[in-house]
Amino acid sequence: MERVIELVRKEFRQLRRDPNMLRFMLVVPVIQLILFGYAVSTDIKHLRVVVCDMDRTAASRDLVRALGSSEHFDVVAHVDRPRDLDGWLDRGHAAVALSIPPGMARKLDQGQRASVQALLDGSDANTGTVAIAYLSRFFMAQSESLADGNAPDRPGIRVETRVWYNPTLASAVFMVPGAMCVIIGLAATIATALAIVKEREIGTIEQLIVTPISSWELMLGKTLPYLGVGMANATAILLANALLFHVPLRGSLALLMAVTALFLVCSLAIGLLISTLSRTQQQAMLTAFFFLMPNFLLSGFMFPIENMPQAFQWATTILPLRYFLVIVRGIFLKGVGLPDIVGQLLPLSALTVAIMTLAVTRFAKRLD
Amino acid sequence: MSEAAILCRDLVKRFGAFTAVDRVSFEVKPGTVFGFLGPNGSGKSTTIRMLCGLLLPTSGRAAVGGVDVARNPEGVKRQIGYMSQRFSLYQDLTVRENLEFYAGVYRIPRRERQARIEEVMTRTGVIADAGTLAGDMSVGVRQRLALGAALLHRPAIVFLDEPTSGVDPISRRRFWTLIGELSAEGITALVTTHHMDEAQRCDELVLMRTGRVVARGTPADLIVAHAPPVILSVRCDRPQEALAIVQKTSGVRRAAVRGVRLHVAAEDDGLAERLDAELTSAGHACTEVRRIGATLEDVFMELAMGEAPP
Repeated sequence: MERVIELVRKEFRQLRRDPNMLRFMLVVPVIQLILFGYAVSTDIKHLRVVVCDMDRTAASRDLVRALGSSEHFDVVAHVDRPRDLDGWLDRGHAAVALSIPPGMARKLDQGQRASVQALLDGSDANTGTVAIAYLSRFFMAQSESLADGNAPDRPGIRVETRVWYNPTLASAVFMVPGAMCVIIGLAATIATALAIVKEREIGTIEQLIVTPISSWELMLGKTLPYLGVGMANATAILLANALLFHVPLRGSLALLMAVTALFLVCSLAIGLLISTLSRTQQQAMLTAFFFLMPNFLLSGFMFPIENMPQAFQWATTILPLRYFLVIVRGIFLKGVGLPDIVGQLLPLSALTVAIMTLAVTRFAKRLD
Repeated sequence: MSEAAILCRDLVKRFGAFTAVDRVSFEVKPGTVFGFLGPNGSGKSTTIRMLCGLLLPTSGRAAVGGVDVARNPEGVKRQIGYMSQRFSLYQDLTVRENLEFYAGVYRIPRRERQARIEEVMTRTGVIADAGTLAGDMSVGVRQRLALGAALLHRPAIVFLDEPTSGVDPISRRRFWTLIGELSAEGITALVTTHHMDEAQRCDELVLMRTGRVVARGTPADLIVAHAPPVILSVRCDRPQEALAIVQKTSGVRRAAVRGVRLHVAAEDDGLAERLDAELTSAGHACTEVRRIGATLEDVFMELAMGEAPP
């Protein structure tokens, strides 16, 4: 253990002298989170709305005026025929197309439920999601104000939304926890791989393996510092979220950190494995990207796994990030506890053990 | 102790189809300075790396301090110090930090650690640079630091792979004084070098070529056994032009310009007169043809450039 401590101390001394590496490990992740976070900002105002009012009554005009005066929507145009709405969405000149059918006011007067249709541009998933939320909130408020009057049993107005271009909208709040998972995994894997390959590339590994240090001590000593840095990294990201994005952490912080530590160990093991496959730092970077790209695309971070072809869905089962994402989103957004995440924790642990074993077997304390 | 400090028997290392070390055998007596000579790529470093447990031999046997390198490489590592060809300490750590790190890796007891580090720094003369980053020091000082790191755990045997390449003559001399001191303390040193003055200081030498040992013995033995029969020092004008003529003269094994003189390895004594005649007829005023004693360099050139070993 003494040798491990000495290696850890050495590693931190070197990190301190390499401000670029420290920046890469601590500052860049926060910047990445901010980029991810703001790119999917939940704070959407002035959505452009195009309206086709076929009812042409005082009630329908009031409805449109109320919509336009809310801070979330701007009514930018009126069209006469419903099919003209399509062009506005197609060209991206409006994000929402509202169609008010003839007879809305009459139905409301007769105490029947009236429906309006909203078409949404879903190509920007977040905007789409937020627009749906705002629209349903708006129409709920409208219905309530109608009900306020002399007829409390009026069913009000219902909005039927249809999303174009991207029918299954990914939720915006999913982005920040997801980004956190991707970022800490990426940083830990690359930092570990580089730390080991760097010693091989500049030749310092030769002096190290001619000592009686064991493979285990060498591996622990080279990975533990990055477990520490990774945890600091996760903390920084959580702080950034608390300060900037306010995605609420509904579950246990301790549980979140514990699972994060497990995922970090898994990421370090991947880094270790990469280091056994690369002779130079450049090779290590390329190999790392080869490992990490599928993680980005297939883990469910960007695209829902359920939408992928069956073969890809099977392939995702070997991605540690896939399980970690579900766990973190669960703890973060649904406030789930340990019993709820066992189904994800088991495969994640199994993968960690498997990757670690593979890395350790490949990591020989020898030059050839 | 009658047992050899280092013992090699038919040591072989192949990388794929390439045989880097081919049936190498030698013994190193305890407490001696053992020189390893040979052109680049002749297998010196590969042999040392096998002896240090860094590479696994393809076949053959080697024991260091009585421990088999293939069966118990970790046992070998405990009793040796190693200095690689390339500076392999951390350039972004200071002298003291590097030594502290290796003192920890070698598990030197905590209470002895600082004293040991001071001792090594004093001995190798790097104490003035204790707080300097290794990367900021001259090659000479860096190499002494590397030697210091290799000595921290007081090994009985040290392997020094080209410790003085790229080092200025004063630093080289200083380095060899240190090696002499180690030897006086009973530490065995195996050193590779390209400098013949350094080879001269070794108790015994091995000369390698294309993976094989082509000669071994004391420096004096090597000169007797392998030097060309006659060495002539020729003084004439325009030595560069004269060289071509000398090289074509029969009985000349090889010739080279050394300053204003030509250094000629010859088959027999009669060459001196033939050379004089050839040079004079070609218009080179030949002022002196003198027979001189052979040096290790002549042996090295003879063995490294002569006929390939069978």
